[in-house]
Amino acid sequence: MELTRLPILKPALKSRYPQLAVFIVMLAGYIFAILAGFIGTPVGSRNFSIVFVWIAWWAILILVAVPFFGRGWCAVCPIPLPGEWLQRGAVLNPPDKKPKWLNLRWPKFLRNIWLQNISFLLLALFSSVLLTTPNITAIILAAMLFAAIGLSMVFERRSFCRYLCPVGGFIGLYSQTAPIELRIKEKQVCVVCDGKPCYNGSQTGYGCPWDVFPGGLRKNTYCGLCMECIRTCPHDNIAINLRPFSADLAKPSARIDEAFKAFIMLASAMIYAGVLLGPWGALKDAAYNVGTSAWLIYAIIFLAIIFAVLPGFFALGILKTKSALPLKQRFASFATALIPLGLMFWVAFSLSFVLTNASYILASLSDPLGLGWNLFGTASTAWKPMLTSILAPAQTLALVGGLIWSARTAQKAANEIKSSSIPVITFCFIVTLVMLWLLL
Amino acid sequence: MHSRFFLLILIIAGLVVAFVPLSFRPIAPQERTFRIGARQFAYSPSELKVNPGDKVTIQLVSTDVVHGLYIDGYDISIEADPGQTAALNFFADKPGSFRFRCNVTCGAMHPFMIGKLTVGSNQWLYRSIGLSIIAAISLFFIRSTRPSDRQLPITIY
Repeated sequence: MELTRLPILKPALKSRYPQLAVFIVMLAGYIFAILAGFIGTPVGSRNFSIVFVWIAWWAILILVAVPFFGRGWCAVCPIPLPGEWLQRGAVLNPPDKKPKWLNLRWPKFLRNIWLQNISFLLLALFSSVLLTTPNITAIILAAMLFAAIGLSMVFERRSFCRYLCPVGGFIGLYSQTAPIELRIKEKQVCVVCDGKPCYNGSQTGYGCPWDVFPGGLRKNTYCGLCMECIRTCPHDNIAINLRPFSADLAKPSARIDEAFKAFIMLASAMIYAGVLLGPWGALKDAAYNVGTSAWLIYAIIFLAIIFAVLPGFFALGILKTKSALPLKQRFASFATALIPLGLMFWVAFSLSFVLTNASYILASLSDPLGLGWNLFGTASTAWKPMLTSILAPAQTLALVGGLIWSARTAQKAANEIKSSSIPVITFCFIVTLVMLWLLL
Repeated sequence: MHSRFFLLILIIAGLVVAFVPLSFRPIAPQERTFRIGARQFAYSPSELKVNPGDKVTIQLVSTDVVHGLYIDGYDISIEADPGQTAALNFFADKPGSFRFRCNVTCGAMHPFMIGKLTVGSNQWLYRSIGLSIIAAISLFFIRSTRPSDRQLPITIY
C-alpha cells in the first residue's frame, strides 16, 4: 500500500517546513538535555537528561519507532542538523553556490558498519555509568553532536549517521523488520532518468544525504527516511509503502559486519537483562566501577560473549549443515534470523526498565534540572512502577513471538541458501530460554 | 485438513499452557523471617523464596545510606535509615516471581538496585518455556508442510 498516495502525506513530505518544525523542537530538546546534564542535579532519576533520554526517548525508540517506523527516528533526529546546515550553507532549500568545505568521499575501507559496531560497544561497556550519570550522558550527547559537525566539515553527506552513529547502526539493522519502506515505483524510470537528481541533487533538493541511490534500494538498512529523494525526483517515482513486517529479511544479508551487529545487539540485551535487571549485586558493582579490575573482567566477559561465545556456538551449529556456500557466507546469511529475536529481546528488556521508571517522567517534566521547580504541578509525583501485573505476560509474548519470528526467518534463509534451519532454530530456542530466565 | 487440525491442537495447547491454573502440592504456611542487608546498589540476600500463604517478615538493614524495599505486585514498601532496621510484614498470597527494588533514591545505580522474591513456583517462567516448546514444535510442523515440500501433481503441456 502506497502511503504517499494519501492526499495529506505527499505535500507534507515534499514541503521542508513540517520536518523543519519537528527538527527544531528535537534540537531544542537535545541541547536542553546536554545543558541539564551539565548544570542540573547529579541525581539521575531527577535530571531531564537521564529521564528524557534513557527512559522517555528510549521507550519511544525501541517500543514504537523502530518496530513500526524503522528509521523513522533518523527522519527527525537532531544530531546531524547543525553539521548538515554548515555543510550545505543553508537550512532549507539548496543555495545558489556550493559551500567550500572539504567534501571528501568517506574512505572505501570504512564503508561498512564496523565503526558503528565499535562505537555502540564503547558506549555499551560504560552503559551503567552512562545510563545513570547526567554529566556523562551530557558529554556523550555533546560528543555525538560535535562529531557529526566535524565529519560534515570533512566528508560529504551524512557520514556520521551512515558510518559512525552508535544508535543508527542498530536502528538500521532492525528497520528491516518494520512495516514501512521507501522505494522507487518503476525501475525503468530511474534507469533512464537524466542526472539522477535523487543521488546527485538538484535545484529542488539535495542529493541523498545517506549516500544511497534510491533506484537501487532493496532494504531499509541504509535509507534514513530523510525524504530528500521525494523532493528531488522529477518523475514522482519515489513512494513510501506499507508492507508486511520483516519483508527485507526474505533475502538474507551476506555481510559479516551486519551479522556481527545482530550478535552485538542480541548479546547486549541479554547482558543488560542480567546486569541491570537481575538480582546480582556483584555484577552491578563490576559494571558500574569503571577502571577497576572487576570492570575489566566484566568488559572482557562482555566482549567474549559477543564476539566468541554466541557466534562460536552459532557457527558450530551450522558447521555441519549441508550447503554449497562457504561457512562465512552461511554464518552471515543465517545471522539475519537473529534480527527479529534481537529486536524482541530489546522490547522485552525495555518493557521492564521503562514501565518501572516511567513515573520519573512526570516529576522531571515539572522539575527538569532537579532544582525544586514545579512548572506543571507534577514535580512531587511519587515513584511507582506501572503495569507490573502485565509485565511478565507482555515479556513472554515478546520473547516467544520473537522466537517464532526468528525461526520463520531462519527457515526462509535456509530455503534461500539451500541449507538446514534446524541449528539456527535450536540456537534461537536456547538463547530465548536464557532470556526468559533472566527476565522472569 | 490434517494441517488445520494440527494447528488447532497447537493453539489449544498454547492456551492451556498460558492460562490454565497450575496446582502444586500445598505446603503448610509458615512464618518466614529474612534479614536483608542493603548497600549501594545491592541487597544481600538478593533472592528470597517462600511458599504461598507464608507469613513473611523482612528486616531491612541499611549499611550505608537510606534505602528502601518495594515489592512489585504486592505494592508494599519499607525504608531503612543507615544503621537502622525496618520491618515489613505481609502474607505471601500471590504466587509467582516478583522483583523487589529500592524505592528511595540512593545513588547513581539506584534504579537497578533489585532483588527477586519467588512465591511458590515461578509460574510465568514455566509457562513461557512451555509456550517456547510449542512454538518450536509448530515451526517444525509448518516447515514439513510448506507448499514446496508437498507432492504437486505433474502437469504435462
